[in-house]
Amino acid sequence: MITRLFSFKGGVKPESHKNESSGTPIQKAPLPKRLVIPLRQSIRSTARCLVAPGQRVLKGEHIGEGEGGLGTSVHASTSGTVVEIAPSPMAHASGLETLSIVIEPDGEDRWIDHTPLDLHSVSREEALAWLRGCGIVGMGGAGFPTHVKLGGGRGIDTLVINGAECEPWITCDDRLMRERAPEVLSGAMILRELIGAKQVLVGIEDNKPEAIAAMQAAASGLGDDISVVPVPTLYPAGGEKQLIRVLTGVEIPQGKLGTDFGVQCFNVGTANAVHRAIRFGEPLVSRVITLTGNVARPGNYEVLLGTQVSELLDLAGPKADTDRYIVGGPMMGTELQSLSVPVSKGMNCIIAASPALFPPPPPELPCIRCGACARACPADLQPFELYWFSRAKNFGKAQEYHLFDCIECGCCAFVCPSRIPLVDYYRFAKGEIWARERELQASDQARERFEFRNFRQEREKEEKAAKLAAKAAETRAKLAESGEAAAPAAETEDPKKALVAAALARAKQQQAAVTPKNTDGLTADVQAEIANIEARREKLNPQDADKAP
Amino acid sequence: MINSPYIRKPASVQGVMLAVLTALIPAIIVYASQIAAVVLVNLAIATIAALAGEALVLKLRGRPLAPALSDLSAVVTAWLLALCFPPILPWWATVLGVLIAIVAVKHLYGGLGQNPFNPAMVAYCAMIVAFPSLMSQWPAAGQLDFATQLGLVFGGAREIDAIASATALDTIKTGLRAAGATVQSIMGEGNFGLVSGRGWEWLAPAYALGGLYLLARGIITWHMPAAFLGALAAISAAFWLADPAHYASPLFHLASGGAMLGAFFIVTDPVSGATTPRGKLVFAACIALVAYIIRSFGAFPEGVAFAVLLLNICVPLIDMNTQPRVFGHRGDKAR
Amino acid sequence: MLTALLIMTGIAIVLGAALGYASIRFKVEGDPLVEKIDAILPQTQCGQCGYPGCKPYAQAISNGEADINQCPPGGEEGIRKLADLLGREFKPLSEEHGTEKPKSVARIDEQVCIGCTLCIQACPVDAIVGAAKQMHTVVAPLCTGCELCVAPCPVDCISMVPIAETVETWKWKYPVHELRSAA
Repeated sequence: MITRLFSFKGGVKPESHKNESSGTPIQKAPLPKRLVIPLRQSIRSTARCLVAPGQRVLKGEHIGEGEGGLGTSVHASTSGTVVEIAPSPMAHASGLETLSIVIEPDGEDRWIDHTPLDLHSVSREEALAWLRGCGIVGMGGAGFPTHVKLGGGRGIDTLVINGAECEPWITCDDRLMRERAPEVLSGAMILRELIGAKQVLVGIEDNKPEAIAAMQAAASGLGDDISVVPVPTLYPAGGEKQLIRVLTGVEIPQGKLGTDFGVQCFNVGTANAVHRAIRFGEPLVSRVITLTGNVARPGNYEVLLGTQVSELLDLAGPKADTDRYIVGGPMMGTELQSLSVPVSKGMNCIIAASPALFPPPPPELPCIRCGACARACPADLQPFELYWFSRAKNFGKAQEYHLFDCIECGCCAFVCPSRIPLVDYYRFAKGEIWARERELQASDQARERFEFRNFRQEREKEEKAAKLAAKAAETRAKLAESGEAAAPAAETEDPKKALVAAALARAKQQQAAVTPKNTDGLTADVQAEIANIEARREKLNPQDADKAP
Repeated sequence: MINSPYIRKPASVQGVMLAVLTALIPAIIVYASQIAAVVLVNLAIATIAALAGEALVLKLRGRPLAPALSDLSAVVTAWLLALCFPPILPWWATVLGVLIAIVAVKHLYGGLGQNPFNPAMVAYCAMIVAFPSLMSQWPAAGQLDFATQLGLVFGGAREIDAIASATALDTIKTGLRAAGATVQSIMGEGNFGLVSGRGWEWLAPAYALGGLYLLARGIITWHMPAAFLGALAAISAAFWLADPAHYASPLFHLASGGAMLGAFFIVTDPVSGATTPRGKLVFAACIALVAYIIRSFGAFPEGVAFAVLLLNICVPLIDMNTQPRVFGHRGDKAR
Repeated sequence: MLTALLIMTGIAIVLGAALGYASIRFKVEGDPLVEKIDAILPQTQCGQCGYPGCKPYAQAISNGEADINQCPPGGEEGIRKLADLLGREFKPLSEEHGTEKPKSVARIDEQVCIGCTLCIQACPVDAIVGAAKQMHTVVAPLCTGCELCVAPCPVDCISMVPIAETVETWKWKYPVHELRSAA
């Protein structure tokens, strides 16, 4: 049981705006006319396509095989026909395209045969492979494969289930916990079994009393070592590291995993997906997503993965003055660059933004080092120092001041009285540092390969010389055998010269042996033509004249 | 394109500066009603000079005028200077001081946020060095009527000895040079009130009141005022306890000169001060120590301004060595 | 006066001896400057600088034979870094050595390739695979974009393709400054 809560430094309290969408139950979105399923569903990995255009697929059918250590399987979200496999924009700040499978639903939404997994009859590895095969990734946003996180090893003391949902406007986890608390906890129990955690802590921000009540009710029958803990509402309490800190007091540094400290954290949505994957054998084909902001009917919808945002928005009815759409929350989300972007596993919220709801920031002023950002920073960084260094492109210094400990939560920019887009500078600096790292690796590799090539060419030269020398010795021996003791002194002086001389002699012999062919019995015409050609040759190559027959 | 966060706290530089100006109002009321009403005129002169000077430099630098003028930072500098200068300083000297602060210290280093030194304190020190006698003529509280004050500010004859006395710090300093004089004997004779200069001593609580407002608003943190006042009280108490006849009491030091103004308004200048929590403590405490040393053993009666400048030089060093522990990092500090 | 002179002379002699000893005792082996210059160069090995590879160019810079602005693939940033390292003035890229281009890789049109192996011999980093009379292909991740394979190709089947941006290589842009345009 938990006795006391810890706290992290900093944090901000933006207006929550949760009531707009949290009042109504989760609704099932109607079957879309078209599904665009990106093959890139988990972080840093694109799946290999397993289907061809024209192929019929069933709901839950395996259509993409995960590649590499971070790969997970991709499934058809409904039954229908594959019409196209083409690049399509994805929900990423870059707005870049990724290879996607376009499916035309047949309207039947017919499931493929699927069976639950009996956890007790399989090994841990098999269970993790099962989750990988079901395409389970973290549903809090980053899309980190769950089986990789679970694979970190045992020796875990505490499993943290993240139901904090600290970003304003988003309510999908709230509704999920209110309506499907037993399922979420069932998933949590499966996760707990897989990592062998002694206790389970479900952290929920105390601005969601209904979710806390529902989860506590569901947890009451499950034993003492599962507690649902209300945590103070303070953005970013839902950040993985911050929530772990609040619940357990453990601080996980940048670059380290929770496993190293005996703690592991999963989102409530992920727990629900794990429950469906193990208890029913259902792969991850849908998720709950919040549609809110400047819309007529804000709420939460259960949406098939691959549904295009444009089609989804009709459900909520964006108002006329909506000028852009934000995916994720207003603190860390990104602006959608195309409405044809499909819903992905990590997409938790779409906010319709209007100038009234999200006014553009007033012009930026110089930094006055007031330190408001440092007081708001949950990672205890000095954001204004990072800003100076990033702005001056002094990346080494930025790294020394722990740029990579920044979680880009946006608290610093939120409080900045000079309205400096601080996070933009950190994102820029991080990107540049990564790019340089890649370039450095590439140039190191090129240098190594160049040097090896030079070494190889040198070696080949030496080998050739050695071969030549051997051949010369052989020739010499032959010459000596045949009794021709012609100028032996010169030969010993320079075997190469002798070889060249021998070769020249051979060539002369050969040339002498070559006589014009097919010159007998020619007609007068041809004879004349040959004479003509010879004359032309003579003109061109006078020095060759003596060679002419 | 605008990137996240898409929401922002309604905070602005202008709001910060406005809070500082508001916090100065109690002290201005005490000053004008108890000491010399002409300070209001000086504030006006300084404000106009600051805005005009800033506008001029911005024009020369080819920068837009509106954002820089409306952020009120120049007005804050102007008000601090007007409150630091003797109230009967001639108007041109006030203008000169303000221009030094705005043009030379703020804009020659690149404008708002770029100056390594506190503009008001550089100007104050420059003036004290350039015009030592003008800068040491202080009227006793309520000594002069408003017309005389105005006359002194806008030219006219200056019969120095007749109209001006010295500050409490100055009186003690020069008084102690006489053989056999003690702090008590000096304070018994001169223009002294309960703990410091009569009338003037009421400025200290007024500044403190403003400072508490800034603390409550979250504009400043407790570190600097606490460290400054604590260190000043501690070192003055140590000397006072050792030799009460020749060293003034801690209360006297806290209530005299620029101590309170410094603690809440000068030392806390974010641009030129230390920024880390521990650095703020070190920075403010060192200023107090240096200020005390100058007050007690130096050539000048007041040392806060010089101490601030001296410590401004040390800010990068202090900041570098007091970087806070980053989340999740045990023991390893940024360097 | 004399004592002061003697003391100063004494100090000078002692310090001089210490420095002399240190320069022998702590002598740095090798030529780290060449390594440092080489680390800045992009390792394209293209020879546009007039030297047969990046290392020889680094050596030439270090010897004072070559200027710092002869490396088109390193571009302006590379010149700046070299200027920083060597304490010299920045100067724009020398035009006779080429111009800065977007990073590209070579691509062989496999329909046209006759399998002559000339490009394989030209590639400084062995990034082209193939055998005589067999089709050749470029191993794109290894290609430095030096263009040395383009000229030898007898059938002009090699083209330089700019590297497309992917999610992995995409990066956030430098934030735009509104400071000047404000008001």
